[in-house]
Amino acid sequence: MTTLITLIVAAVTFGTVLMYGTLGEILTEKSGNLNLGVEGIMYMGGAFGLAGAFYYEKAAGAAASGPVAITLAILAAFAAGFAASAIYSFLTITLRANQNVTGLALSIFGTGIGQFVGEFMRVSEGGYVALSNHLKEAFSATIFPGFLINIPVIGRILFSHTVFFYLAIVVAILMFLFLKKTRYGMYLTAVGESPSTSDAAGINITKYKYLATTIGGGISAIGGMVYIMTTAGCVWNHEGLSGVGWLAVALVIFCMWRPLNAIWGSVLFGAMMIMYLRVSIPFIPTELYKILPYIVTVIVLVLTSMRNSRDKQPPASLGNNYFREER
Amino acid sequence: MEKNCAIEMKGITKRFGQVVANDSIDLQINRGEVLALLGENGSGKTTLMNMLSGIYQPDEGEILKDGKTIYIRSPREAYEYGIGMIHQHYKLVEVFTSTQNIILGLNDGRMDLKAAENKVNEICDRYGFEIDASEKVYDMSVSQKQTVEIVKVLYRGADILILDEPTAVLTPQETKKLFAVLRNMKADGKAIVIITHKLNEVMEVSDKVTVLRKGKFIGTVKTSETNPQALTDMMVGHAVSLNIDRPLYPDPRKKMIIENLTCVDEEGVKKLDSVSFTANTGEILGVAGISGSGQKELLEAITGLYPVKEGSVRFIKSDGSEVELVGLTPKKIRQTGVGMAFVPEDRLGMGLVGSMGMTGNMLLRSWKKGKGALIHKKEPEALANKVMEELDVITPGVNYPVRRLSGGNVQKVLVGREIASEPEVLMTAYAVRGLDINTSYTIYNLLTEQKMKGVAVLYVGEDLDVLLELADRILVLCGGQVAGVVDARTTTKEEIGLLMTQFNAKEDER
Ligand SMILES: Nc1ncnc2c1ncn2[C@@H]1O[C@H](COP(=O)(O)OP(=O)(O)OP(=O)(O)O)[C@@H](O)[C@H]1O
Ligand SMILES: [Mg+2]
Repeated sequence: MTTLITLIVAAVTFGTVLMYGTLGEILTEKSGNLNLGVEGIMYMGGAFGLAGAFYYEKAAGAAASGPVAITLAILAAFAAGFAASAIYSFLTITLRANQNVTGLALSIFGTGIGQFVGEFMRVSEGGYVALSNHLKEAFSATIFPGFLINIPVIGRILFSHTVFFYLAIVVAILMFLFLKKTRYGMYLTAVGESPSTSDAAGINITKYKYLATTIGGGISAIGGMVYIMTTAGCVWNHEGLSGVGWLAVALVIFCMWRPLNAIWGSVLFGAMMIMYLRVSIPFIPTELYKILPYIVTVIVLVLTSMRNSRDKQPPASLGNNYFREER
Repeated sequence: MEKNCAIEMKGITKRFGQVVANDSIDLQINRGEVLALLGENGSGKTTLMNMLSGIYQPDEGEILKDGKTIYIRSPREAYEYGIGMIHQHYKLVEVFTSTQNIILGLNDGRMDLKAAENKVNEICDRYGFEIDASEKVYDMSVSQKQTVEIVKVLYRGADILILDEPTAVLTPQETKKLFAVLRNMKADGKAIVIITHKLNEVMEVSDKVTVLRKGKFIGTVKTSETNPQALTDMMVGHAVSLNIDRPLYPDPRKKMIIENLTCVDEEGVKKLDSVSFTANTGEILGVAGISGSGQKELLEAITGLYPVKEGSVRFIKSDGSEVELVGLTPKKIRQTGVGMAFVPEDRLGMGLVGSMGMTGNMLLRSWKKGKGALIHKKEPEALANKVMEELDVITPGVNYPVRRLSGGNVQKVLVGREIASEPEVLMTAYAVRGLDINTSYTIYNLLTEQKMKGVAVLYVGEDLDVLLELADRILVLCGGQVAGVVDARTTTKEEIGLLMTQFNAKEDER
């Protein structure tokens, strides 16, 4: 029993990282932009998020407060992702560069920048960057009082997580409401489905694409920060982050571009990713475990294309740039 | 200038690279009038109208609304000026409902789908449209989609409506309904522009006709003072004859015997129900029927693209031996030496690769003949040039992407390529859909030419008048069954019309 609960808690911890990456990419792809740079964006989010919290503590000294550090880390990560996606947007939306190529380039560029910033901090601070213990605790503490967590079984499953997990759920619900219930959400969907229709209907395509892509990138970047500040224990660790962005891209497909699916989908993917640490079966190499999420994604893709449901398809214009006078 | 003039275009010029699509064109659109815009394929009709709907910007010239110069920089501004366009290729979001599509892009306070649905229903009642306000677009037929487009434009309060080839995909009944709606709107004081290649429609619905030729303005005439022949001459620039000549082939022989062909779609609905007939050499066999009666499935089943449940398709080679085609893939069919050519309904989807030029598209048909891994471009290029010349394809060059050609020219490329493969059986589905009258006749003549060479031609068409003049025999389909095969030289339109609907009537009685 305890093992199972521990497994679930660990799955949620890793799932939270994925959830941000996925939610951001869902928003981006809803506008018809396939941003394959998530990997790089999450690296940048990790490095800049850490930098935000670290330099804040350095400036504030012992007076540094947890909530402020958390807010600054979120903002720094978001800004990094926003800026990286703004470059992507300028190249694909304004200059109409190929989305796949640009995304891959961003992926390489972003991992490079992330590495550089992470290493730069380490070297310039004399070999070791870490937050003080009380800030570290603030990042991994839960927001619920002890008696809730102490409820048998469900206490730990529901209430023991970091603030980032609950925030991610709020983001998912907000995104769902935005897409389903508001006019602007509907317009964004229309842009991703058929830009020429939306254009003819008088919607400002460029604005929607830019906003969705940059804000989406910002949200994805928070995922990288969450990884560094929680799982990695507030030190720069590029190894753990590698591949997470690609997993988020796969998860978008798994979730059928629906934000609410991202909540359970990322926990499920999180579980699959950490399974090899907790439930090791002899003779099965860990690499086999690690491809599990991708296999599941492929199966989901096959199943949905077989059922041929028109509502469960990717945005129709995904990956294509729009130019009004082209036909 | 007339008092009820809504829009005036003066000296409009538009270029695409080296192509001059519109060359200093003048046009006047009046309220309470239907203006027909007429011209051959690629003459620049769509381009001209797109400048009113804000899709393109004119390079030169001036647009006036109610006497004042306006600049239409985007579709949104076009709506603000009350201009709405129903495009040749519909602009709808497939996964949205009709109401969602209709209110797309509007900013009138809080989004209230219920209120919008009510308003949609109100407009439908007023003009006699039939659409379901909450149905998803992907479940709709083409004519329903078009209705959504029209309602969308009306919902935005447009009083200048532009319809680009609205009837190309409609059945005659649906066209009648559309025209009734147009007359309603005209009586309502709206200004209407309609682009169509069908001269009888021009005569029926329009008040004035403006003719373009090769991007140039030729003239505007009153419909009541002209006739189809005069209009055609204006369009083409010289006198053309609107008669199809139908010679008899001296030595017809059986070419393809189809027996009890039955096809079922994914949902288990019978699309073809024991269809039997024979196609002969030197004969154009017309296929008539209400759209969706199994025409598409018939051609696809014969070519090996649609799964056959039962029945046989026997092809008789020139040496007299028979080949069973059912169960063979298109590739296998070709390998067994059966010369079949197919011009599908969906040109850019099934027939051509949009981003390649004419040469590349010619190559697609002949690449199997080439040896080795390298591309031999000489032959297809020569062929592309030949097709371009013979069929008058308007394009800056054989390597210009076919996607950018006007709709009619795309069709010419496809038909030209298929004929060039020297088939023994030539099958065409709606070969002249979207083609101007002159090109249509070019295609009719080409088909007749093929027939006189001994080819068995299967011609699926929607225009009964043409079928009666062009075909030797007419096969009438009704609900997937053969309602009858009649001699085109002796039958009447009424008889075919009856056959087209009779089976349904019988079923209703049951
Ligand atoms: N976006 C574009 N890019 C390049 N060339 C174009 C574009 N749009 C139109 N053209 C060219 O301009 C010319 C006029 O095209 P247009 O579509 O206006 O013809 P049309 O009169 O509507 O013909 P059809 O009856 O076949 O629809 C054609 O030669 C076409 O190739
Ligand atoms: Mg056109």
